[in-house]
Amino acid sequence: MQWETVIGLEVHVQLNTNTKIFSGSSIAFGAEPNTQASLVDLAMPGTLPVANEEAFRKAVMFGLAIDAEIGKESVFERKNYFYPDLPKGYQTTQLDKPIVIGGHVDIQVGEATKRVRIHHAHLEEDAGKSLHEDFHGMSGIDLNRAGTPLIEIVTEPDIRSADEAVAFARKLHALVSSLGICDGEMSQGSMRFDVNISVRPMGEDKLGTRTETKNLNSFRFMERCIEQEVERQIEVIEDGGSITQETRLYNGDTHTAKSMRSKEEANDYRYFPCPDLLPVHIDDDYIEQVRKLLPELPAARKARFEEQYGLSAYDAELLSDSAVSAQFFEAATAKSGDAKLSANWLMGEVSARLNAEEISLSEAPINAEQLGELILRIKDGTISSKIAKTVFDALWKGEGDVDLIIEAKGLKQVSDSGALEKIVDEVINNNAAQVENYRAADDDKKPKMLGFFVGQCMKASKGQANPQQLNKILKEKLA
Amino acid sequence: MHTLTLAQQLQKLEAKEFSSLELTQHYLERIKRLDGELNSFITTTEELALAQAKAADSKRAAGDSAPLLGVPIAHKDIFCTDGVLTSCGSKMLSNFKAPYNATVVENYLNAGAVTLGKTNMDEFAMGSSNETSYFGKVLNPWARDCVPGGSSGGSAACVAARLAPAATATDTGGSIRQPAALCGITGIKPTYGRVSRWGMIAFASSLDQGGVMAQTAEDCALMLSTMASYDSKDSTSIDKEVPDYSAGLNASLDGLRIGVPEEYFGEGLDPGTEQAVQDAIKVYQSLGAEIVSITLPHTELAVPAYYVIAPAECSANLSRFDGVRYGYRCENPQDLEDLYKRSRGEAFGEEVKRRILVGTYALSAGYYDAYYRKAQQVRRLMKQDFEQAFAKVDLILGPTSPSPAFPFGSKTDDPVAMYLEDIYTIATNLAGLPGMSLPCGLVDGKPVGLQLIGNYFDEARMLGAAHRFQQATDFHSLAPAGIE
Repeated sequence: MQWETVIGLEVHVQLNTNTKIFSGSSIAFGAEPNTQASLVDLAMPGTLPVANEEAFRKAVMFGLAIDAEIGKESVFERKNYFYPDLPKGYQTTQLDKPIVIGGHVDIQVGEATKRVRIHHAHLEEDAGKSLHEDFHGMSGIDLNRAGTPLIEIVTEPDIRSADEAVAFARKLHALVSSLGICDGEMSQGSMRFDVNISVRPMGEDKLGTRTETKNLNSFRFMERCIEQEVERQIEVIEDGGSITQETRLYNGDTHTAKSMRSKEEANDYRYFPCPDLLPVHIDDDYIEQVRKLLPELPAARKARFEEQYGLSAYDAELLSDSAVSAQFFEAATAKSGDAKLSANWLMGEVSARLNAEEISLSEAPINAEQLGELILRIKDGTISSKIAKTVFDALWKGEGDVDLIIEAKGLKQVSDSGALEKIVDEVINNNAAQVENYRAADDDKKPKMLGFFVGQCMKASKGQANPQQLNKILKEKLA
Repeated sequence: MHTLTLAQQLQKLEAKEFSSLELTQHYLERIKRLDGELNSFITTTEELALAQAKAADSKRAAGDSAPLLGVPIAHKDIFCTDGVLTSCGSKMLSNFKAPYNATVVENYLNAGAVTLGKTNMDEFAMGSSNETSYFGKVLNPWARDCVPGGSSGGSAACVAARLAPAATATDTGGSIRQPAALCGITGIKPTYGRVSRWGMIAFASSLDQGGVMAQTAEDCALMLSTMASYDSKDSTSIDKEVPDYSAGLNASLDGLRIGVPEEYFGEGLDPGTEQAVQDAIKVYQSLGAEIVSITLPHTELAVPAYYVIAPAECSANLSRFDGVRYGYRCENPQDLEDLYKRSRGEAFGEEVKRRILVGTYALSAGYYDAYYRKAQQVRRLMKQDFEQAFAKVDLILGPTSPSPAFPFGSKTDDPVAMYLEDIYTIATNLAGLPGMSLPCGLVDGKPVGLQLIGNYFDEARMLGAAHRFQQATDFHSLAPAGIE
């Protein structure tokens, strides 16, 4: 039987505000445990929340960027459950009256553009962390993260494959990074995905029973998790079984998922409007003010890259996706004066290196100016494209600036005709038989045979001979 | 000194007739001598009080004239006090020293008041008799076999027994007015949002409001002028200028329209109490007020709506007491669930557990619409009742509670009878209106309270009406026997 996969995502995006959503504590990542937990974050008796305007502004920016409706009355509710990293015994979140309603994100699927509808996005507070190591059989609690502002983005079940899910996730990552509302650091949990998956026979309208796998924090995990879960569900059904509605947990170390709790064991969260926080009213003036703050968004940037730099749609899409890569590209182009070469280097050498080292562009050891300078030296003939790769290696290792490396390693291209003639003469003298063959050969075979001599000369020049000049001299001397 | 009102004490401090240290020592000595039996204090902060008193005296010598400079007061043990036990009347917090001051506490420190200690209360402010306190019941100074009312029973009893000239308190469904009535003193619950809730341990957030108790309306006005403030740390605090509540106390009552709701004089009202209130109405008429009969048709729904909303909110508010970060933790927890169950099971009293269970039930899937949503609808109806009434009258008058103080144990086995104690006070909390209680007579030697309800932020008019009543009568200056 042909099966269709149906996926809906819930994405938690940490907003990069200065302070927490309901207290004045910093949200910086990596501080000593509990050093960024105030009286409010510790849920001390008598403490009260005060909503952070910056979190609202950033949520509204997101809403405007996805063409959503902004909730004019935004209400916080209490979601009640006990857990040690949830100090108040309830999470303050939104339910019936969220800040962002509807909207959509368009993704590229092969040649086609696909629209993924957003059901809503709501503001809420993050929980703390439970630490289960090094406490002599007890658990530790770190409340630094408790109260970090999140928007939870909930899609409609519009996604049909792991590839689409990853494309959507990347697009969303690019969007919130471009908006400057999230630092995008997936490894630090700045963006986390819950994936709702079901399968149904192709052509069937009714949705199958879904499972939810929680807390995936990398694109790769998400892709593998979806593929495995789809396979599992199809297998269960084809073996005559049925899918249990349940919450599953994916283990990134073992790449396996297991059931966490079934629907029957699910909490009754007893939501009700938080009496400590009044409804927040957002008027059109505020929305228009926020609209003015919106930076250039990836879709607009893509069009501009095609237009302004003459990039192909594919290149433009790739480079415009994130604010970091777009800025890198534009800065490198400004320095080098060559958009095409800058694009090629960025998507080629730089990207390969980042992948190999599993780091992001913002963590790269070279900057855009250095890449631009490297390209400039190729263009002005100081080095060849081939030598440029050696210089790039050195740049990456932090051995200094482009000119310094070329100088120190003696990589300057040999364009001096006297020096080149000397090399050519030597090669001709040492290869008398080949020279004879060449001269005796038909004209149409000569270009191919010339390659041998070019190779020998390059070898003799340690790759530094200017190829155009070398060709010219060789042809003259062999004639 | 202790027979003086707070206003009189301030005058004498200003006139250097006695010092804050002398006054404070006098009260500390009285507390030591008399409170062993009354049990109105959970904690006395003797060292702190003496240091604050000395500091107040030096400040006054240096020309400082902070509004409450050198006057000793007591705080209900629901207000967080930095470094001092803040128990909320519960075993759960019987080891909890707050790491910060409530805004209310801070306001009084800034005004120069001296802290005598923390007063007893029903556990987490849940009760109308002070019998639910982990720290034992408080005796009514007027009749020691009777309850002082609750939940602010300690604050009411200590003021009635002249162990402090004034005390802070809180009122979620009548917890200031009912004990003030039962103890023969004056108490005011201001408009919701007038007093900061920062540092006031939450019972039902949308109903809780801090207020004060003292011998007279004049003293309440002085106290409230310091207590009330806008506080950016409390999102429900209202940014509205605080008037000088003492300024208009003597305003004439000529032409003041006082509404008397017929629903407040029905079945269940003790005849002696009714008579005292009727007599008070005559006093107001003689002072020039116009008495208007009004109706608050949804009055009978107040108690049922309250006993859905308050428990619902408390069920979430009390979740933070989980034995993880502070407060009581059970011995040798076997695992997380055991830690939760035993810590909460061992440290919460019966009434607190009952309300958490009721609230949890009312918010459960499938019951939310029938209970919580319905109760909120009723709450809007009650607001409308009052809005319509205040279109016709300036103040509303009635009894504070259905009867005077009742004997210990007489209602503990019947929660509904206990809940009906607050039948006249709960509606103002649901509407967020200000209300107060002042003494208006004695029945069988026990005080009767007269309730006034004002329009939003109309505390000054209400305090003025209470003050004029106290100028014309002397119920407020009666003191229980045996306290000298």
